[in-house]
Amino acid sequence: MALKPVTFILNGEPKAAFTEDGQNLLDMLRRGVGDLSPKYGCAQGSCGACTVLINGDPQLACLVLAEAVEGQNLETAAGLGHATLHPLQEAFMQRFAAQCGYCTPGMLMSAKALLNANPRPTRDQVIEAISGNLCRCTGYDPIIAAILDVAEGRRAP
Amino acid sequence: MSGTLTDQPMIDFRKEFFADERDDNLNEVGKPTRRQDITGHVTGRSPFYDDHLFEGLLHIRCVRSPHHAARVRRIDLSAAERMPGVVRILTGKDVPRNLNTLLSLLDFGIDDEPVISTDRVRYRGEPVAAIIATSEARARDAVAKVVVDWEPLPHVLDVEEAIKPGAPVVLDIYPSNKFIYHGKYDHQKLRYGDVEAAFRQADHVIEGRYQMSPIEQAPIETCGAIATPEQNGRYACYSATQALFFSLAVSSKVLEMPSSRLHFIGGTVGGGFGGKVDSIHEPLAILGAMLTGRPCKCMWDREEEMQVGAPRGAERWYIKDGVMRDGRIIARSFTGYFDSGAYTRLSSYAIIKGVGHLPGPYTIPNVSANVYCVYTNRTPATAMRGFGITGVDFAIEAHMDKVADTVGLNPIELRILNAYRDGDMKAHRRLAKNCALIECCQVVAEKAGVKLSPAMLAASSRKDGGGERARLPISTVTDEHGLVRGFQGGSYGRKGAKPAPLSGISQTMPLATPTASQSPPPAAAPQQPPPRVGSMRFSSISGFRRR
Repeated sequence: MALKPVTFILNGEPKAAFTEDGQNLLDMLRRGVGDLSPKYGCAQGSCGACTVLINGDPQLACLVLAEAVEGQNLETAAGLGHATLHPLQEAFMQRFAAQCGYCTPGMLMSAKALLNANPRPTRDQVIEAISGNLCRCTGYDPIIAAILDVAEGRRAP
Repeated sequence: MSGTLTDQPMIDFRKEFFADERDDNLNEVGKPTRRQDITGHVTGRSPFYDDHLFEGLLHIRCVRSPHHAARVRRIDLSAAERMPGVVRILTGKDVPRNLNTLLSLLDFGIDDEPVISTDRVRYRGEPVAAIIATSEARARDAVAKVVVDWEPLPHVLDVEEAIKPGAPVVLDIYPSNKFIYHGKYDHQKLRYGDVEAAFRQADHVIEGRYQMSPIEQAPIETCGAIATPEQNGRYACYSATQALFFSLAVSSKVLEMPSSRLHFIGGTVGGGFGGKVDSIHEPLAILGAMLTGRPCKCMWDREEEMQVGAPRGAERWYIKDGVMRDGRIIARSFTGYFDSGAYTRLSSYAIIKGVGHLPGPYTIPNVSANVYCVYTNRTPATAMRGFGITGVDFAIEAHMDKVADTVGLNPIELRILNAYRDGDMKAHRRLAKNCALIECCQVVAEKAGVKLSPAMLAASSRKDGGGERARLPISTVTDEHGLVRGFQGGSYGRKGAKPAPLSGISQTMPLATPTASQSPPPAAAPQQPPPRVGSMRFSSISGFRRR
């Protein structure tokens, strides 16, 4: 099995890893560079737990070939917030928007992509943006409320 | 943004109810509070079992039955063994004690389920071999090369078909496809008063049939475990289990290894909802680590989670009510069938729990139930949020609506009329206390804009209970229907073991007494339960007791 080097930017840092034939981005991020924030939920593009941003677009890491991210700019939940938490992380904590926490990293990345593209989404636009991210614990309402809190001009005091 | 919790709680605290029973000086109860693990969740750093990385990790994938029922004539592993990356192949012969039932840890039930089946499969997806390979993809490729010579057998997928004479037998130890309760009945009984006499007195007799299909818990994190040898003869096991000590004990039992050699690490679970108590993965991962000397991961993919993962089992209920013209329910009988699937797992227990809940939160003076734990060739059923209660509650409440429709009462008023009040005797012979159904109904009516009559608005769980309503029935009709003779399982014991002493389970369960109670009813005054002190402990020797 041939190994192929791939280099990319992950949360602002240059990274390099060897990929195996057919390896998906999720596996390379987790085992190759040790970013454990994208989660395995289905490996068939139906749950959204592995959502990452590639050049700002939300993508499912389980459906992206690892070698396809050569030279791309990747963001994951592990890179959200640095010295302090990102407003989305704060809002998720405030709103009890995570219970088991397994869908949360993917959910945060879908929310971030939405707010980057549309800082003042409507509730319907929030629902649309996270429609590819399944959550079995919360019933979604706290998550929607958290994202709306962060939307420009609607932040909680 | 401040670190305090939002002042817009999503829960509506109704503090006007039972205010005198509540201590409002509590620091946490009744107030939103932050989860202790939420910082890890929002930063993606909570340590789920698969977030532990190991050099040289091996992957386990099972060879599964494509049939609902089949005999295994032969398993040819030779082609799979030659596949690249295959390190070892496990079969049932590798499992030191290849037979278990989950509740054997409580001395309940007979060992009935192999970890890896050797000769026969009883549900689609049952494993007959497990490939251990250097990557998941290589394990999958090798699984496809295993040749199993199957002899398909007749199967049965419906509970009422399964208990007909001549139906295919799922488990030989239960030849009628029914779990044996208390070592002598093929169903769990509840007998309270005389339902047949009450049906004759009732103005209406209302019957219904209700069916709940299986429900998959579908956690976003699939079930799995990683085991790795430690250097001191012990094995560490990182697991998604919801029941760490249960999984530890099951692994110890089937691997015939003292639990002191097992080091379980868990507690961060990516959603469970009951589906992560079955302790399927831990023994396989540990066995793999024992036989290869390397860390092994056993994880279901999504398809396995849905097909093989044990769901909340299907239930079918027949309910018959005797109702007076004014809406009072004077008798209720149940016939229930739990679909346990191919093995017992937790279904036998679910029924005991469910029967303790009958007839729902209503004071009904005559109640009878026959509830069957039925084996079929479907995926074994297990725990899921309130299992044993949820299905029959759906049936009961659907039936309450049917009763309300028949007698021409508002369905909320029918519930208030029949609801338990504090001090009422319940069908399992305990007094109701801390009742709140009436108050809940009143709030529901208010929120739904349903007008209640002044009498219903004035009703209270604190009023009109006890007294006559605290009395046991003057006589209870019993029977020996479904008696099984010569059953070797003991009352709660495992096959071959001597029957366990009556444990706390039986003390709290509605055991049908074989003789009708002819004694006069006890005094009407509600008895006060003993004061609650300390936490409850369960011991299979001495039952439930407080520390």
